[in-house]
Amino acid sequence: MDVFVQQLINGLTLGAIYGLIAIGYTMVFGIIGMVNFAHGDVFMVSTFIALIGFLILTTWLGVASVAVALLIVLIITMPLTALWGWAIERVAYRPLRGSFRLAPLISAIGVSIFLSNFVQVAQGARNKPTPPMLNGGFTLFERDGYAVTLSYKQCLIMIVTVLLLAGFWYLVQRTAFGRAQRACEQDRRMAALLGIDVDRTISLTFVLGAALAAVAGVLYLLYYGVVSFSDGFVPGVKAFTAAVLGGIGSLPGAVLGGLIIGLIETFWSAYFSIEYKDVAAFSILAIVLIFMPSGILGRAEVEKV
Amino acid sequence: MADAMREGTARGAGLAEILRDAGLYALVTLGLCIPIVSYRTDLSQTSALDLTPRWGVVAGLCGAIFALRLVQRMVLLRRDARRALTPAPRQATEAVDATPNAGQRISGLALPLFLGAALALPLVAALASGGLGPARYWIDLGILILTYVMLGWGLNIVVGLAGLLDLGYVAFYAVGAYTYALLATTFGLSFWLCLPLAGLAAALWGMLLGFPVLRLRGDYLAIVTLAFGEIIRLVLINWVDLTGGSAGISSIPRATFFGIPFTAGPNGFAATFGLSFDAMHRNVFLYYLILALALITNGVTLRLRRLPIGRAWEALREDEIACRSLGINTTTTKLTAFALGAMFGGFAGSFFAVRQGFISPESFNFLESAIILAIVVLGGMGSQVGVAVAAIAMVGGPELLRNLGFLKAVFGEGFDPNEYRLLLFGLAMVAMMVWRPRGLISVRMPSVALTQRRGVSGALVREGHG
Amino acid sequence: MSGVIDPREPVLTVEHLSMRFGGLLAVNDLSFEVRRGDITALIGPNGAGKTTVFNCITGFYKPTEGRLTLAHADGARHLLERLPNHAVNRRARVARTFQNIRLFSGMTVLENLLVAQHAPLMRASGFTVLGLLGLGGYRAAERAAIERARLWLDRIGLTPRADDPAGDLPYGAQRRLEIARAMCTEPVLLCLDEPAAGLNPRESAELTELLRRIRADGTSVLLIEHDMSVVMEISDHVVVLDYGVKIADGTPGAVRTDPRVVAAYLGVEDEEVEAVEAEVGLVLPSAGAEA
Repeated sequence: MDVFVQQLINGLTLGAIYGLIAIGYTMVFGIIGMVNFAHGDVFMVSTFIALIGFLILTTWLGVASVAVALLIVLIITMPLTALWGWAIERVAYRPLRGSFRLAPLISAIGVSIFLSNFVQVAQGARNKPTPPMLNGGFTLFERDGYAVTLSYKQCLIMIVTVLLLAGFWYLVQRTAFGRAQRACEQDRRMAALLGIDVDRTISLTFVLGAALAAVAGVLYLLYYGVVSFSDGFVPGVKAFTAAVLGGIGSLPGAVLGGLIIGLIETFWSAYFSIEYKDVAAFSILAIVLIFMPSGILGRAEVEKV
Repeated sequence: MADAMREGTARGAGLAEILRDAGLYALVTLGLCIPIVSYRTDLSQTSALDLTPRWGVVAGLCGAIFALRLVQRMVLLRRDARRALTPAPRQATEAVDATPNAGQRISGLALPLFLGAALALPLVAALASGGLGPARYWIDLGILILTYVMLGWGLNIVVGLAGLLDLGYVAFYAVGAYTYALLATTFGLSFWLCLPLAGLAAALWGMLLGFPVLRLRGDYLAIVTLAFGEIIRLVLINWVDLTGGSAGISSIPRATFFGIPFTAGPNGFAATFGLSFDAMHRNVFLYYLILALALITNGVTLRLRRLPIGRAWEALREDEIACRSLGINTTTTKLTAFALGAMFGGFAGSFFAVRQGFISPESFNFLESAIILAIVVLGGMGSQVGVAVAAIAMVGGPELLRNLGFLKAVFGEGFDPNEYRLLLFGLAMVAMMVWRPRGLISVRMPSVALTQRRGVSGALVREGHG
Repeated sequence: MSGVIDPREPVLTVEHLSMRFGGLLAVNDLSFEVRRGDITALIGPNGAGKTTVFNCITGFYKPTEGRLTLAHADGARHLLERLPNHAVNRRARVARTFQNIRLFSGMTVLENLLVAQHAPLMRASGFTVLGLLGLGGYRAAERAAIERARLWLDRIGLTPRADDPAGDLPYGAQRRLEIARAMCTEPVLLCLDEPAAGLNPRESAELTELLRRIRADGTSVLLIEHDMSVVMEISDHVVVLDYGVKIADGTPGAVRTDPRVVAAYLGVEDEEVEAVEAEVGLVLPSAGAEA
């Protein structure tokens, strides 16, 4: 029971990070129907931006408070990562719009390979640890010497996630951009005829997705304390699994899927074997796509004849 | 970029506008370089991270992008000016360029030409570099390229003909390699016995993995096959008892000349044929072995295209629903494509194992699948010659980089061009999708003709629906 | 079609067919027959459920309820709703065309017709194995298949364009090619989904001629059509659908004057609709008049 509660907390934390990345996948798929394969690597880039930002703040500028440093890092990382998202869409995807269907996917794979190797060349292949930050936490209860704790990091991750999701939800549901975005999802040509700037809306979708991935990146850095150039692929696939599990195209679905994937991963590691935890994630991806491709909250698709 | 270009010409494209545009590119580059390029993190003695500012590199990059964009705009401007003088015969309404280019026109001659070059390569290399020993580099490069040509041709059945996007092809390569390695090390079976077994095992896996994914289309199919590929790799890593885990399997029996080993002893290949012993004999043999395997793959594929199954694959790529309405069992049709493609992957895998003598899961990661897929797509889906050209460009191209010594003179001694291999590879994948999404050879040759066989423009050929 | 049984017996019997998509009842308890050697037209306003009926007959949808029996001239019977999609064509010998033409546009006209002869060619090639080894009678079979294709190309007037990609053909030729492709599977029943849509009057006349010829050669035809002149000219029997329910069934002449059909098609004043519906015994929520 104690282990269970502890794993529940760990799983939800991890799930929050996956959920944030998953939103980027689901939004892009919703609006242009492509799997943005490079999204995981955009997330990885953001962890590096956050890492370097944090180092500059703490070692050079002497910001003593970790909380302040993290806040500033968050504020810097979001626009810088968003710029990556924007540039990638502009260079690698926009010229391919209306091209044959596999072209954007292959282009995205190219971007993914480019990004991980770009970071490897620029920053080196070794793992980059951060100095420990925000240690400690609340002990929820303790029994038989096993303490169930909720660390400050986990608290912060959940709070930031909830706040940002709320803001994001408002953006998509209540603003003109959100309306334009949903219109483009339904019918891009019609939206264009009604005077919506489709290119701009798609650009903004990428920017938003990247910004949320940046939040995930900062939180990931905070949680694990170490990043590497190859960290984009597996979290990317897991977040994509989350998006598919929740029902691709559905925003609440992405968050729900993220939480489920996070929980499955932690419970699997705790109760079964840690070696096969990635196998579990990939298996879930395959099983969901094969047996319930519309996911939990997605709409079922009827084959058009 | 194309739209920016059109906007530019519409406005008359003054020099100032071009400069501003190039400046914008440089500015975005600057933004992207902060802080990934501008500060390098390195582990110090105390295992904390040190920061080293590198604004010089950032300035260089921004300058390079500025100059490249400037040149690109200038070239486009001149081309447009030239085009404005001579009216275009046909207004291209699609992004896909359907007019055959030089590469397509020579494609009829290309196959015999390639074949001749491939057959002669060891001899030419030996003559040019003065002996088999010094030619080793070229022969090994030839083996590497031919392995990818074969893999590309194998995957071409699945992706190019049947239109099923498979991102986990490397799994079958792995199955082939491990089948040979395990059979040879545990039961001592010979390569020639293991080769068909490896192919069969891979085909079986192709069917096993293919069966559940048949209902999926396009991107989803790609992702599931990717997941399967990763699962197989992770199982290979974690099932230590069988596969040796990350350490892999070593001391796999090396290739023999149909039973005669390539050794210096009296029973060796050199002694048997009255030659003086040369370690390169084995490499030359391996070269011709992979050439033969690749040619078999090609021959079978060309033959299949003219059989009903091949036509059914292509019809499946064009329109699955219409296929079903014509009584074609799409399930078995897709499965045969998966199985056959996997089988050739398995052959290539067992060749890889016998050549290396050592295999580990590291050789079968997603990047390999991506490279093989890129070869198929760059070649022009369904085009055999295109795949061969693409394999040479994709695998041989980066090798060129290794030899560009003058780059060291420009960027300093610490510069290792090989580091940039995959980075450029990724960029090339994007560039080729933007430049020629239909691949190098975007003309489809019909499998049968009533009077005259004429190429079908790639613009009409539909993409894989799934 | 000189069978051992009465040639006027139905080739297709639809009994109590219903198709539900979630909450939408697209076809409701529909029963009708297609008699052997007839051209039967299925008509009705947009959204009446005609294409859904077609998709059920040709195996693309599994009907929620109902039975679809296809009888061959030799007495063999096939329950279409139980057959896998492709077997509806291969075993029950029902061929179809599509409302939005589905040709293999990157393949040549000839290749399109050869793909349609997949099953016999597959057998001739020893399920690929013999063909790959160059054994067996595949070559002869392929020549025969090309001959059959040429026969149909002559009939639809596309022989000169046999080696052009199907996607390059003009619209009317694509429609004809799709029919020829379906006919190359040697069907007992040919289902055509709006074959005359988008055709000019001359092409329409050619189509009528082609359909008459197909009927004369012994294939029964079921077609969905909006062009009433085509329907009235060639059909032997007309079934009218509205809101997924059959509202009339009979000869073209009888159907034309049926007040329910007139109401469904032309749209009349609301009161009149209600009056007509009351007469027919239909209870439909807010059945607005469709123009």
